[in-house]
Amino acid sequence: MIGSVPLLGGAALIALGWVAIGVAGLIRARSIVFVGRVLFPAGALGGIALAGLALYALLQPTQAAVLPLGLPDLPFHLRLDALAAFFLFLLGSAGAGISIFAAGYFRSGEGTAPGLLCLQYHVFLASMTVVLLADDAYLFMVAWETMALSSYFLVTTQHRIPEIRRAGFLYLLIAHLGALGILLCFGVLHGGSWDFTFDAMRAAQLDPRWATVAFGLALFGFGAKAGLVPLHVWLPEAHPAAPSPVSALMSGVMLKTAIYGVLRVTFDLLHTQLWWWGGVVIGLGLFTALFGVVFAAAQTDMKRLLAYSSIENIGIVFLGIGLTIQFRAFDMKVLAALTLAATLYHCLNHAFFKSLLFLATGSVLHATRERSLGKLGGLIHRMPWVAWLALVGTLAIAGLPPLNGFVSEWLLLQSFLFTPELPHAFINMLVPIGAAALALTAALAAYVMVKFYGVIFLGRPREAALAQAHDCGRLERVGLLWLAAGCVLLGLLPVPMLALLDRVNAELLGAVMGGQADSWWYLAPVSAERATYNPAAFLLGIAVAFGLTFWGVRRLYHGRTRKVDPWDCGFPLQTPRMQDSAEGFGQPIRQIFEPFFLMRRELPSPFDVAPRYKVDIEDKFWRWCYVPVAWAVDGSARLIGLLQQGRISTYLLFSFLTLIALLVLVL
Amino acid sequence: MNAIGILTQLAAIVVAIAAAPLLMGWVGQCRAWLSNRTGPGLLQPYRTLRKLLAKDAVVAHNASPLFRFVPYLQFAAMALAAAIIPSLSTEMPFTRAADAIALVGLFALARVFIALAAMDIGTAFGSLGARREMLVGFLAEPALLMVFFTASLISASTSLPTIVDTLAHRELAIYPSLAFAAIAFVMVLLAENARIPVDNPSTHLELTMIHEALVLEYSARHLALIEWAAALKLFNYACIGIALFLPWGILQDSDPVGLAQALAVLLLKLGVFGSGLALVETLSAKMRIFRAPEFLGTAFMLAVLGMLVRLLLGS
Repeated sequence: MIGSVPLLGGAALIALGWVAIGVAGLIRARSIVFVGRVLFPAGALGGIALAGLALYALLQPTQAAVLPLGLPDLPFHLRLDALAAFFLFLLGSAGAGISIFAAGYFRSGEGTAPGLLCLQYHVFLASMTVVLLADDAYLFMVAWETMALSSYFLVTTQHRIPEIRRAGFLYLLIAHLGALGILLCFGVLHGGSWDFTFDAMRAAQLDPRWATVAFGLALFGFGAKAGLVPLHVWLPEAHPAAPSPVSALMSGVMLKTAIYGVLRVTFDLLHTQLWWWGGVVIGLGLFTALFGVVFAAAQTDMKRLLAYSSIENIGIVFLGIGLTIQFRAFDMKVLAALTLAATLYHCLNHAFFKSLLFLATGSVLHATRERSLGKLGGLIHRMPWVAWLALVGTLAIAGLPPLNGFVSEWLLLQSFLFTPELPHAFINMLVPIGAAALALTAALAAYVMVKFYGVIFLGRPREAALAQAHDCGRLERVGLLWLAAGCVLLGLLPVPMLALLDRVNAELLGAVMGGQADSWWYLAPVSAERATYNPAAFLLGIAVAFGLTFWGVRRLYHGRTRKVDPWDCGFPLQTPRMQDSAEGFGQPIRQIFEPFFLMRRELPSPFDVAPRYKVDIEDKFWRWCYVPVAWAVDGSARLIGLLQQGRISTYLLFSFLTLIALLVLVL
Repeated sequence: MNAIGILTQLAAIVVAIAAAPLLMGWVGQCRAWLSNRTGPGLLQPYRTLRKLLAKDAVVAHNASPLFRFVPYLQFAAMALAAAIIPSLSTEMPFTRAADAIALVGLFALARVFIALAAMDIGTAFGSLGARREMLVGFLAEPALLMVFFTASLISASTSLPTIVDTLAHRELAIYPSLAFAAIAFVMVLLAENARIPVDNPSTHLELTMIHEALVLEYSARHLALIEWAAALKLFNYACIGIALFLPWGILQDSDPVGLAQALAVLLLKLGVFGSGLALVETLSAKMRIFRAPEFLGTAFMLAVLGMLVRLLLGS
């Protein structure tokens, strides 16, 4: 049966292989050499194989299979179509880099034993694969929950630290709230047929009201996993708590499974898309993006900063999804294809650059044992490999040409410029607001990344201990290099990549972008008159101009250089403390976007003997959403608690009263 | 893409690189005249560049390679920008390699690198300058993008040559959307090029400066390249303004005779632009850095308003 669908079988086999690798980790659970040098590299090979297979599957017709496993009436259904293949490619290619890095990263003596960690890690990878392959609600939910649980154990690797346990609990709580939403969504989607295969859901005809309910539940459920505001609160807690390769995997890959879920439900399982859904999603996406980037600017912990930046990027992705829904709802299929391609491209880009940056922070963390930006600095001299590769990720995430982050933002801005063609005066106003907010977000992201990179890697070390920092090991370098190369290639070769994405477009929207088949180098969505961008010529132009300038200056003049102390306007006394701290660099943003924050400041008076400066920045959503819910839960629990008296006679009385009430009802 | 196109392209780059310091000199001279001073003459920027290039470079002990390659990168980025903007003709090969959004991205690339280089030495003024530069940048960049979007809504394209073609062939009239965009653009230009009222190019008072604080640690050939790149940036912004708001006279086919004419027209427009810039700078006072967000926020709002006017009223 599996033999007739080789690609699907291959993908399932890789997932099985990952589980096997994980189980093998238990054989010698304490041996860091066995786990690090054998199992994790083998897992990385699995990732590369999966990426290659998925790339090939993108060009092949859909394959489906029914496994002889599962519930009596509902065997497991698997399906490998273009959408799943694209996300499998993302999982495999980014996962391979992370696994190689992880091979060199994990050390013994840090919480969970390496072998157990290896099991959790590979089960996590395998469950994500199955989530993407599942073709019925039951298997999907089983894999989804396995994914949540395995990642929960990975987050709480260092479970002896109370903050980490708390972060893990918050993550698990929100993951389950989301899972509840998804479960209910499937409950609506089957449309009364009680058949939980995705095929039955595709065939079900929902009226618009029920379709809206299903869409809302999916948005809630998958939004909780993706980190859509206001369900984002677990990201800044869980990402710093987890070991860096796990943060990279969660942020780079796991968040994308939620995007996959939204796309699967919205464009595959549901038939109709109402235009106002798009409006809601665009609004949520814009707010999430802006909120994430503003908070990222105010952070002082490097992994929290990256977590908030993930929220920003998820916001941008949802913005793209919302716009796609609008174009689709008005049957403008080519534009919907353009927007969807931009959205998917951004998912892939984010997987690469965010993983790269999380791994770089992992190396910094290992070298310095310090996560706080205020105690780092000058690491470009001590850790050149990490610093220069992280620079690639920094430029990519800041959306600068010719790297990959720019391509997806460019495509998304292009699709925004088509919105005046929407036949609805009210939405037409979206262009200025949406495009302006997107541009503002992108520009702020550059600010945040200059802060991130400048404070960690540039300047002078803020602590004496940093002089002992060492560069990362060989396997870690390979992992970083893999991801950085991905950032560059995705930036330089958008045309072949978009041709592949058109397969997904054709499947989900029944239309392709087209308009760019004439050249491998010129990116020209829809038409060449509209806009063109040629990243290769761009890079070549800069490189040639750079070379000519360098050659010219050296040739015509000289290269004489004297090494001296820094000048700094002739100011004699300079200490590393005089550089901008992370708080200092974020101060203008805190001031401009003050309404976003809940700030508590402790400023020293001029006469303090021991001056102390402290700023606490809190997320307003804690006060607005979570504290009231917690109160409500607490209050209702206390009410129910009144029943619990601890005396058997009281309980008998309750039973008696219930009996009487029932009798009254029946008679 | 033909030989004449490539020749025009080269001419545009060479003119930009050669004439950028002249534009700086002209603005300085006009400012001097407006404040009743004699002024240093038009060629002063060239003399400064020659002096700086001949000197020995002085680099801090703890400078990383990043610090040393950024000046070359700045210059290269601005030269590439000069190749992308259709200043002389719309038939240049590089104008198709990047559109308006990519051009904004190129400016952002240059800005991020100069800010990183300023943080590299680890001095107080360097990081102060980097922070302020990024502050101005993140406010000015969206405004600039919105200005471009207003123009691209009119021409249904973000490709600069197409925008120029469309705008040059419209009926001569004042279009409200473009008027809003033009005001916003001038404000962005002042902020991005470190001119009064956002920054003062001739000050060395530490606490008020942005651009000067960024480049404080640079000397000799590195400083020369950065100053030259700054001049090129002003030149490029002027050319963008000309392309968007005064596109008449930009060559629209490949023709060597027309090229000379286009060059003459360009230099004339730049002369007028330079004296206008000097007038604005003389009439306004430098504001506090904390007022800059307000100033640029206004620019942003004006640009968005321009787009709205275009969308809702179609004018």
